[in-house]
Amino acid sequence: MDDLIQEFLAETNESLNALDLDIVKLEQNPNDKDLIGRIFRLVHTIKGTCGFLGLPRLEKLAHHAENVLGRYRDGSLSVTPQSVTLILESFDRIKMLVAGLEAAGAEPAGDDADLIVRLDEVYEGRAAAVAPPLVEPSTKPPAPVVEADEFGFVPVPMDTDFVPTAVMSAPAATPVVADAPASPSMAVATPAAPKAAAAPEEASKSLRVSVEVLENLMTMVSELVLTRNQLLQIMRQQTESAFTAPLQRLNHVVSELQEGVMQTRMQPISNAWGKLPRIVRDITVEVGKKINLEMRGAETELDRQVLDYIKDPLTHMVRNSADHGIELPADRKMLGKPEEGTILLNAFHEGGHIIIEISDDGKGLDTERIRAKAVEKGVISEEQARALTEQQVQQMIFAAGFSTAEKVTAISGRGVGMDVVRNNIEKIGGTIEMRSVLGRGTTFTIKIPLTLAIVSALIIEVAGERYAVPQLSVRELVRLSNGSEARLEDIHGTPIMRLRDSLLPLVSLRKILKLGDEETEPTRPRQVIVAQVGAYQFGIIVDRVFDTEEIVVKPVSPILRNLRIFSGNTILGDGSVIMILDPNGIANTVGDVSSMAKAQAEIDHIQDSSARKTPLLVFRAGPGAPRAVPLSLVSRLEEIAVGKIERSGQRRVVQYRGKLMPLIPFSETMDLKNAGVQSVLVFSERDRVMGLMVDEIVDIVEEHIDVQLTADNSFGLLGSAIIHGQAMDVIDVGHFLSIAQADWFGGPAGLAPGADNGKSVLLVDDSPFFRNMLAPMLSAAGYTVRAVNDALEALQLAKTDTHFDVIISDIEMPGMNGFDFARAVRAKDSKWLKVPLVALSSHATAKDLERGREAGFDDYIAKFDREGLLRAVNRIGQLHSEVA
Amino acid sequence: MTETTSQAPRSVNIDANRDFLTMMIDGQLLGIPVLQVQDVLGPQRVTRVPLAPAEVEGSLNLRGRIVTAINLRRRLGILTNAEAASTMSVVVEHRGDLYSLIVDSVGEVLSLPADAAETAPATLDSLWRQHAVEIYQLKEQILVILDIAGMLDDMRIEDDISNEDGEAA
Repeated sequence: MDDLIQEFLAETNESLNALDLDIVKLEQNPNDKDLIGRIFRLVHTIKGTCGFLGLPRLEKLAHHAENVLGRYRDGSLSVTPQSVTLILESFDRIKMLVAGLEAAGAEPAGDDADLIVRLDEVYEGRAAAVAPPLVEPSTKPPAPVVEADEFGFVPVPMDTDFVPTAVMSAPAATPVVADAPASPSMAVATPAAPKAAAAPEEASKSLRVSVEVLENLMTMVSELVLTRNQLLQIMRQQTESAFTAPLQRLNHVVSELQEGVMQTRMQPISNAWGKLPRIVRDITVEVGKKINLEMRGAETELDRQVLDYIKDPLTHMVRNSADHGIELPADRKMLGKPEEGTILLNAFHEGGHIIIEISDDGKGLDTERIRAKAVEKGVISEEQARALTEQQVQQMIFAAGFSTAEKVTAISGRGVGMDVVRNNIEKIGGTIEMRSVLGRGTTFTIKIPLTLAIVSALIIEVAGERYAVPQLSVRELVRLSNGSEARLEDIHGTPIMRLRDSLLPLVSLRKILKLGDEETEPTRPRQVIVAQVGAYQFGIIVDRVFDTEEIVVKPVSPILRNLRIFSGNTILGDGSVIMILDPNGIANTVGDVSSMAKAQAEIDHIQDSSARKTPLLVFRAGPGAPRAVPLSLVSRLEEIAVGKIERSGQRRVVQYRGKLMPLIPFSETMDLKNAGVQSVLVFSERDRVMGLMVDEIVDIVEEHIDVQLTADNSFGLLGSAIIHGQAMDVIDVGHFLSIAQADWFGGPAGLAPGADNGKSVLLVDDSPFFRNMLAPMLSAAGYTVRAVNDALEALQLAKTDTHFDVIISDIEMPGMNGFDFARAVRAKDSKWLKVPLVALSSHATAKDLERGREAGFDDYIAKFDREGLLRAVNRIGQLHSEVA
Repeated sequence: MTETTSQAPRSVNIDANRDFLTMMIDGQLLGIPVLQVQDVLGPQRVTRVPLAPAEVEGSLNLRGRIVTAINLRRRLGILTNAEAASTMSVVVEHRGDLYSLIVDSVGEVLSLPADAAETAPATLDSLWRQHAVEIYQLKEQILVILDIAGMLDDMRIEDDISNEDGEAA
């Protein structure tokens, strides 16, 4: 049965039972306004709910009963015993219908014309039941007329519709009417009772507990959790204690209790979107659209507190999608879309979070126009606007000042109140992201925590004070030291961190919290918390990071509510109070989202200039400078005991993962160890593996490689590059692989061009290093490779009608970048419109993937994933030849 | 930790008498209705709250509840010697939250007739006039009765989102 109906049943049964007593009281005290008011409200609620749930019979009956009660309530009609009887009868009928609904899952067939006619008579003042108020004298004589009247009208409606009804589904009601003159209320109540009695069975499975009780329980459990944490902390300092075992037990019990109490606060998300179908329907009727609202994962449960917070944002977004996102049927038809638009709500759990997606297949956001508007309004400069990625532009609709003051919303049709939506979601530690493709629709992804009461938090220290940072917003921790991969740099004095291939803006918590002087700040910050707020990441510099702790979030005192930087406070295991930092608040402190976007654009710009940073493994082998090899070509680093190395003729092999792996010395002249362990770089090429013996692995560095090619690569060198200010040889892995294969099979080099498969590949990459690495590999796989060093050169080829089966293109290239190249290839008049495109990039995040797809790439491969590239090329090549 | 139970009113049946817990800051005797007092504490470990108003000393843990400590000297505009002399805390509950008022010392509970109360002189410093609801003339000195609820209400920040950047900017 529908959850909503079930809830309605439980609620109605409960109210009806409670009112039984009230109605009896009403009979004794017919002018009790409170009582009438209470009864009126219940009937009104039933009417409203039934209308919503599509229960016409109940709705109709409740409507007419409400009319009568309404007149009683406003005093225009006095309550008589007869009318109490009528109300009771109506209630019994409602109970009967509810019982039928509960038993069968649907309203019993038939109607209630008999009762309705009588109710209407009373309502319109025609019925005698109205006449004799108990307290005031009346013109009409009381009881006898009532009886006569009831008796009098009974046969008329009965004959027409009540009798057949009674036979079919409401036999219980029949004797009522027949015996009506004697004691109508009694008669009705008795037959109806057995059916109504069924109600408690259903209702008793669940119990209604006031929220307050649950909140109290939760508070107590929170305290218990804190006390447990405290005890555990003390125990950690004791090596042996008689308390250890019972404390462990307590620990488990408390955890389970916590879980159990949390469970009581859980509600299915359908509670938050129950009203949405109606809202969407209203909009469709109002503006003449066709919209299908699809809801998935309605049973996903989340904390009722969280539910309260997201109810309004959800409604707002769905309304937005229906109102502005989905086009009119005619427009949709013109665009080749189905006339009926779809709004999809999807909720699911994902690792301690709830993900809610709201997507529509409407017109999407027009980023160009937002961009233009932003420039026009002077929010950002033209240059900045160009530098902003699609996604950053889209994020602008979330900016408060932007959407309202700048009226961007008017042109995009979106954004009104999106800042409020974002605020609400961020208030509960959630994030909202949006992806939109012009003409294809918009998807909002909301990520929210399961619960707010107890969260896992990272305890950090700055200037001797401890703070908690909710784990939810922490992406990673980076220790800054001389040897670490992350480096600290600055742009005009603003600290920026290089982390792998991205740059992060940094904020110093010490500065933000105004703790200590700048002079006292350690010259080298010790730890950086990489925090994520919405789509933006930034680093927070702290002095120390302790461990994570489950903390109970308590709201900050009302006199400190303006400190947006704190989302609450808590008591730690050692009993001290600490403040909980709010990364959203910190982000807001350093600047609003649009300035974050600016910073991001600046960073992207910088990244462009140092785009091809490649992690390199630096090792020593033989005399001379260290050598380098791109880290991603190396499958594993191994240390193999010299004793395990076996010799087979000139060759050295080792048993490795159940296979024999050939070992090649980097150079024949190098001294190999006789004892101890041998450092080996393991390379694999398809199913073949080989080990390269080296003297020592020195470091892993991240560098922009600009390889100066050597004319002769017979020594296994691709060329040399300046790495860490030192010239180093970059080795050619292919060379060693071929040696290994030659050794292995005793035949020619394994990487010699394979059987020509008659397919051709265009490789666009500005880096000679990669062209040299990939071209041989592709030819080895049987492709004819044409390598060019920029997109324009490639497009020239298109003009000459050169045919390719697959085009592989780098993304970051000077001049025209990969995305623009893809768009050019996918342009309407392009000769290569149908040629599959594979993107090659060192950035292969989900975002890049998405962006690549939008630009027209069919696949996206990380730069060093040679296997992946081969697979993709093969797959795509095949697919297209089949299609062709 | 010194905890004294100060909740039991001494005069139960005399309606005309009111009980005040007296305390001292900077040589001035102050009083608050004893029924508002939850606890009296000695020196406490207080966690600083960065960016908070100057009179907010920080937060402390009182049996699992978080108490906001307010330096009454600062709150009443006495800026001299604020840290050194303040050692005792009077914990009060206001609208469901606990606050601890940090004072120099805590005195006895006085039961005073309601009709002996006088309005504070209009010439008082504005901060004091705002929070001193009435005064009593004792033999030795003057007792100023503080309106703690009003004071805390003044400090309370309503839950609106008027200022996005807060005070931290």
